[in-house]
Amino acid sequence: MKLSFSAEDERFRTEVADWLAANLTGEFAKLKFRGGPGDEHSFPEERKRWEQKLAEGGWTCVGWPQQHGGRGCSIEQQVIFFEEYARAGAPGRVGHIGEGLAGPTIIAFGTPEQQAKYLPGILSGTELWCQGYSEPGAGSDLANVKTKARFDTERNQWVINGQKVWTSLAHESDYCFVIARTDPDSVAHKGLGFFLVKMDQPGVEVRPIEQITGTSEFNEVFFDDAVCDAGDIVGEPGDGWKVAMGLLGFERGVSTLGQQMQFQNELDEVVRVAKENGKDRDPVIRQRIAKAHAELKIMRYNSLRMLSGQSGSDGSLQREGLIYKLFWSTWHRSLGELAIDVCGQLGQLLEAAPYELTRLQSLFLFVRSDTIYGGSNQIQRNIIAERGLEMPREPKWR
Amino acid sequence: MEFRFTEEQQMIRETAAGFFADCSTSAAVREAMATELGYDLSLWRQICEDLYLHAITLPESLGGMGLGYVELIAVMEQMGRHLVCAPYFSTVCQAVPALQLAATGEQASPWLERILGGATATLGWIGHEAPGCDAVTATFQTTAQGYRLSGDYQLVVDGHSAEILVLAARVAGSAGRDGISLFVVDAEGIQRHWTPTLDQTRHLGRIQLNQLELPADACLGEAGQAGAVLEQVLQLATVALAAEQVGAAQQVQDLAVQYTKEREQFGRPIAGFQAIKHKAADMMLRTEVARSACYYAACIADEAWQGSALAAELPEAAAIAKSYCSDACFGNAGEALQMHGGVGFTWEYDVHLYFKRAKASELMLGTASEHLETLAGLLLDNDQSAHSTQTKGAAA
Repeated sequence: MKLSFSAEDERFRTEVADWLAANLTGEFAKLKFRGGPGDEHSFPEERKRWEQKLAEGGWTCVGWPQQHGGRGCSIEQQVIFFEEYARAGAPGRVGHIGEGLAGPTIIAFGTPEQQAKYLPGILSGTELWCQGYSEPGAGSDLANVKTKARFDTERNQWVINGQKVWTSLAHESDYCFVIARTDPDSVAHKGLGFFLVKMDQPGVEVRPIEQITGTSEFNEVFFDDAVCDAGDIVGEPGDGWKVAMGLLGFERGVSTLGQQMQFQNELDEVVRVAKENGKDRDPVIRQRIAKAHAELKIMRYNSLRMLSGQSGSDGSLQREGLIYKLFWSTWHRSLGELAIDVCGQLGQLLEAAPYELTRLQSLFLFVRSDTIYGGSNQIQRNIIAERGLEMPREPKWR
Repeated sequence: MEFRFTEEQQMIRETAAGFFADCSTSAAVREAMATELGYDLSLWRQICEDLYLHAITLPESLGGMGLGYVELIAVMEQMGRHLVCAPYFSTVCQAVPALQLAATGEQASPWLERILGGATATLGWIGHEAPGCDAVTATFQTTAQGYRLSGDYQLVVDGHSAEILVLAARVAGSAGRDGISLFVVDAEGIQRHWTPTLDQTRHLGRIQLNQLELPADACLGEAGQAGAVLEQVLQLATVALAAEQVGAAQQVQDLAVQYTKEREQFGRPIAGFQAIKHKAADMMLRTEVARSACYYAACIADEAWQGSALAAELPEAAAIAKSYCSDACFGNAGEALQMHGGVGFTWEYDVHLYFKRAKASELMLGTASEHLETLAGLLLDNDQSAHSTQTKGAAA
């Protein structure tokens, strides 16, 4: 075990920091520390242009293999990139679903034709993606998707009907990856397909969901005879669950470190406010701030453990990976509560009518989604108990 | 950056795990804890002679293994897991670093050679309960022949039995880190006794000195200058104790999960109930998070041990590890007791041994809230740097 980075990696760190300092200027300067969770609706056009700026510098898809157009960075260099990116206050990535989820899935499971068709737009930051998983009847019970995909042999196209929900960035996206039932008589995780669907077509309608924050990052997406080409299914009909679960494996590890730098920025703001208004003298607040600080540090060490581990090629989670979502979501929710408590009663005052929130008010509210989406805390505990501790599985009711 | 055990470290860990599983059984622990000595001398001899684990951090020049804190915490984790009763923590995690870090030149060598030969040792510094150096109340005077020590040392791990004593004392009237010296003495003839404790698996002693005359070379390093070293030694010991807590947290988790898979009520194993599964999941979260905190602190302790770049982070890393691991270990022990139901309340089942050890370890070398206050101080009271060693060190 050792913690230090090599001299070469430290040079890479300087290169990243220098590039960001030189380019996060001009029209992009106002994006600093913006666009994170709870703020994803801000500056969409500027942030799309920022994606392209990143691409020009070769800073999209840094972890993708070079043969697919990525930078081919080592794990260490990816860690460094995400850390420096967040340290510089560079904005929340509108391209992260394509870069972190759709792209790696297409690389792992897609055909050469799919790779040629879809990867360049992700690499260049010109095509954005969203994720079509959850449905009104398929939340925690994700396999219960009802959206149907029927192959129309005359048109040689897949025809999709159904409704997705909680789709973040759907209104900004060019494509959506959708799990839908290819076998109408199937149940649960059998008989699903994984589809790459163009958003700009008559059969797709996006409706924003007004959230607890008064803003709308999440959407409902309605598919009414939406179509995609015969070649736009990843894997075979029936493979959808396998592909979707493989994809979940990509969304952990390296990018968690960038998320933690975002958390650090939030905690820094809480500390700044506490020092300013004297709450830093309150012994209970001191304990809570210290605990938040300690656990955020440990979160980083836990990620370093995940990244240093011999993660299975099947994407199976090790122990420190299994507990990660439950740990960070619970931590973040506590930070939100600490943030509003540190502000005191004055923290009730809005920025402006009708419902313009301060950064910490927004944090307080938005973190309530963290323990719900992507597998709620209760589902996480089931997964940990069943996969990590081999306790009996939940009984099936269908 | 490589945040996992090397093959060699993994081997040490597995060797220790296998040995302790065989030798530190429930029956062996219960037998040892009922004696005044508190451990089985033949087990200690095996640890020293067969496994050579006492020599992990001893310098190679004296015949030790010359390894660091990553290896040491790999062993300590297994010690905690199997509730090993042995003078290992006192000797290797307290006295050895005090001797090595405080001594000048070859001063410590004869003592370290005795330890290498199997002698036990410990560190006494607590006169009254307070963090770090503030706990030191014993005093020393300079005499023509050397030094004269007076003081009442409480809560000394294996203090009633250790063969070598490292004792902290201060110049009368000094405070905090100032005026502190560390003295090393042979324990023979020194007035001390066992003080029975709630946790019977780690024995504590009390040492009372009334104008004990010591030769000049008993003082490690320069007189009155050992305050900073003592704090560092306590931080290193804190990291080692955190590792023990990780091992214990893992073990009670395993015991509880196993028990719930076997115990049937309402016609099925209670492990199938979500109320039980979710408790177990929370236990696993605490264990794994504690492990991450502890391994990181071990890397930092290693740097401190070798005097490398990240040494200045030790006060913070030790406080983070001990605050989290204390809560994780006691939290898991309490939940394990609950998940065992009625039998968890019996003397027969082992849960109570871990439950008591968890509370004792939590209170030793700084509670979670004391360490959090240390972190709060680093974070909120000093605008220069969160890693400054000039601020008050970790609670101990």
